[in-house]
Amino acid sequence: MSIATVFEIALAAVVLGLAIWTIAVPDTYSATVGFIAYGLLVALIWVRLDAVDVALTEAAIGGGLGGVVLLGAAARLRDTEAMTTEAPSLIVRLSAAILSASIAAALAVAILLLPDPAPTLAPEVVSNSGATGMANPVTNVLMAFRGMDTMLEKVVLLLAIVGVWSLASDQAWGGRPGLRHQADPNGVLAFLARLLPPAGIVVGIYILWTGADHPGGAFQGGAVLASMWLLVIMAGLADTPPVRSRWLRLILVSGPGLFLVVGLGGLCFGPAFLAYPVAFAKPLILGIEVAMLLTIATTLGLLLAGAPERSAE
Amino acid sequence: MSAVTVFGLCAAAAVGLGLYGLIANPQPLRKIIAFNLLGSGVFLLFGIVGRRGAAAAFGNDPVPQALVITGVVVAFSATALAIALLLRLFQIAGSTTLDGPAPASPPSDPSGG
Repeated sequence: MSIATVFEIALAAVVLGLAIWTIAVPDTYSATVGFIAYGLLVALIWVRLDAVDVALTEAAIGGGLGGVVLLGAAARLRDTEAMTTEAPSLIVRLSAAILSASIAAALAVAILLLPDPAPTLAPEVVSNSGATGMANPVTNVLMAFRGMDTMLEKVVLLLAIVGVWSLASDQAWGGRPGLRHQADPNGVLAFLARLLPPAGIVVGIYILWTGADHPGGAFQGGAVLASMWLLVIMAGLADTPPVRSRWLRLILVSGPGLFLVVGLGGLCFGPAFLAYPVAFAKPLILGIEVAMLLTIATTLGLLLAGAPERSAE
Repeated sequence: MSAVTVFGLCAAAAVGLGLYGLIANPQPLRKIIAFNLLGSGVFLLFGIVGRRGAAAAFGNDPVPQALVITGVVVAFSATALAIALLLRLFQIAGSTTLDGPAPASPPSDPSGG
């Protein structure tokens, strides 16, 4: 057994332990912390599976931003836990355990009995990669070969933010999301919020740019930019923008809008919806990615900020 | 035992644990976390299958990778929306129970509705 295998088994054991902790621990706050640790270690599993693009996304969005939104909710709902006394009966828990165990066992058997050699679309990706002029196969799939999925996913982000905003009370409609954050202006948080964003913004843009040829892209870069924005908001150096703001809404629709316009252009002047002309494929895709970066960073930040709670004044 | 097998069994267990937590835990926030655990297990299964389908000098099939990236972002949006719904329920009703009618007199101060 090599060192690598020992490391993999230890990693899998810790991840499994954290998953059990997340489900079994009575305190919700502890469960949330366990889930964040789980998400960050799952990013390591993705690295071991040679999927660095997914690892970056999982660490930034699944572990990082998802963890922040869960922690915030757990902190605000902490007092309600004592009030919740209902518990499912033993029969419900027992049948749930049997159902879950049999589904997990079926999946495990399916993983052990997968066909050999496994079916793959990788050769097709390689043979068509010349059409876009980009070397990162995952970016090629995301932006060109399965561009429809990625465009619709932008629409899902937009729908999610519309859903969150529509939960505002009548008084707060159109106002600023979340509570005004107060922090010691000479404290560590305010210091970090002044120190990190310049570097973080450069890193976010670099991740977008390098995504054309190496692991990275609009999602990962957007998550980095969103976290920088949130850091500044949480340190009290800036406030969340009022959601009635026109420029904010313009940024939110710019990503899916540009994607849609380019897609319709492919329908009008080319063979199909979202078909890029070969000569302009790379500049078009990079243009969409830049608009997507802005949209993703803004949407992720606003999703974390939550529903409007204060009037704009 | 290869990395694929080890992580595959881990992912299958995560799906089972998430499903159990989703059904058996009465608290909505715990259900959201359990649902995320279930989703994470499903994404990992995608990654395992993609790893086995590695070909043409890639370590992992790029098509499932791209789908998982899309899935992670969609799962995050759904989680954020679910949490916003839960916090709004708490704001209006003063509790987060899913069973029966909410208490008539909310203990906390609701800001309209």
